[in-house]
Amino acid sequence: MQLTQRAKQVDRRPMTWLESIYLWNIAKGMMITLRHLFMKKKTVQYPEEKRTFSKVFRGLQILNRDEQGRENCTACGLCAVACPAEAISMEAAERQPGEEHLYREEKYAAKYEINMLRCIFCGYCEEACPKDAIYLSQTFAPSNYGRDGFIYKKQDLLIPHPIEDPAGFAKARGEKSVTN
Amino acid sequence: MSEQQLFKVTIDNITVEVPAGTTVLMAARMIGGDVTPPAMCFYSKLQGSGGKCRTCLVEVSKGSEKDPRPMPKLVASCRTTVMDGMEVKNITSEKVVDARAGVTEFLLLNHPLDCPICDQAGECHLQDLGYEHGKAGTRYEFSRRTFHKEDIGPYIQLHMTRCILCYRCTYVASQLTDNRVHGVLDRGDHAEISTYISKAIDNDFSGNMIDVCPVGALTDKTFRFKNRVWFTKPVEAHRNCDKCCGKVTLWNRGDEVLRVTARKDEWGEVKSYDGKTGWICNTCRFDKKDLKDWTIEGPARIARHSVISANHYVDTIKPKETIQEVMGGRQPKLLMDIHKVSDVNDPSVDLSRISGPATGATFEKKNA
Repeated sequence: MQLTQRAKQVDRRPMTWLESIYLWNIAKGMMITLRHLFMKKKTVQYPEEKRTFSKVFRGLQILNRDEQGRENCTACGLCAVACPAEAISMEAAERQPGEEHLYREEKYAAKYEINMLRCIFCGYCEEACPKDAIYLSQTFAPSNYGRDGFIYKKQDLLIPHPIEDPAGFAKARGEKSVTN
Repeated sequence: MSEQQLFKVTIDNITVEVPAGTTVLMAARMIGGDVTPPAMCFYSKLQGSGGKCRTCLVEVSKGSEKDPRPMPKLVASCRTTVMDGMEVKNITSEKVVDARAGVTEFLLLNHPLDCPICDQAGECHLQDLGYEHGKAGTRYEFSRRTFHKEDIGPYIQLHMTRCILCYRCTYVASQLTDNRVHGVLDRGDHAEISTYISKAIDNDFSGNMIDVCPVGALTDKTFRFKNRVWFTKPVEAHRNCDKCCGKVTLWNRGDEVLRVTARKDEWGEVKSYDGKTGWICNTCRFDKKDLKDWTIEGPARIARHSVISANHYVDTIKPKETIQEVMGGRQPKLLMDIHKVSDVNDPSVDLSRISGPATGATFEKKNA
């Protein structure tokens, strides 16, 4: 039975002396190797050179701030309940008088953690967020020797403050607009 | 009158026999399911409630056996009593579906949509109503009404912007507590729940107005912002209380009792025991935040479509732990203790011991 037209009958005749020294076959193989030397390389020199990600790449999460530097997150817990890997956890607190410049709403996330060992980068947290607070960025979690380095806390996730670090804030925001 | 007169009423082509004097809504609840109109202001356990929110509107296509003319307008089913041979259309009537979407839009006109910070989210009747009967958008273009924040005592948090003026809480105050100190002031758009000259609501049984509030206007201050309801674990428990029935639902996180509420039935109302409504007193609700105070009966039943049932499993079979057997009795080596790294769910922070909402200082590690 033949499934495709490409099947070839194997030649089972004994090799001649000329064939048995493999000279021609080696030359044929070397031709392929040499041809690849001049072809466009598919690899990149990773740490120095980085590939551009797809527009819809889902990388490390960031927590957003508004233009005044206030945190968007209100600890509503929708990202955590949407998370299929149960990687997100948080503690909510009430905003006190005098903290209005830090948090946008009455309630905020005092602690916010993403366990990157659990996270599968599905992007459901971003989809669930009603406050524009969490986004998946174009980077991925760097490797680490210990497990405890993968518990990302709020200060690891927050984007730079727009007043204290305008360049960093613009970069964090701008990278998003480039990908759009 | 030993024998009660029974009336036949047909709701969405389902016929049921109910005693005379029953409202259409209660007859529909006897059938149950999708036939039941939603109710925001009506509360079967509070006398005189209902007739305000208009979400329970139904079409009466046949008045009764004797007078088969249809009623000219949609009627509020919570206030309309059944007649013999009455035919009612609820979800089978296009007019009703359209009117209900309109009523929902009206109720949401001034509602702030701050569900992400509202403690009622997840068990809010207005969320359910909007989800099931509302439209996706609103046509309202003006800013929503706002109120001065008012402190009505150490136990109950009032968010007037969220109120839909159902008046349930005032009925609780008049019918359950000994001395009503709050009511609805002003009129129309300015109408607001308030206490007269900022008096604190602290009379016993006043906490039940948290349970009857269909939205997040009245919430438990001792539970404020502590956790989302769907992350807490509802457990039914009881204690011997000299003031109330003592049958409650505890909302736990681990061993912390974050919130105590009365038990709710399938309509979101407080359950009855032997004909008596199971209201609970303020001592049970606000002061008994320790597992030792309670006798646990078992997990509370949550409707499976509710977000609260997410990740709550019952009747699960735990697989046998085989690591010890394979390793010759040795415990598995833990590579990381999450509490050493994580600041969340810190065992040294017990939220049930704090009377109000947590602040940033609550979570600052003492020895860090």
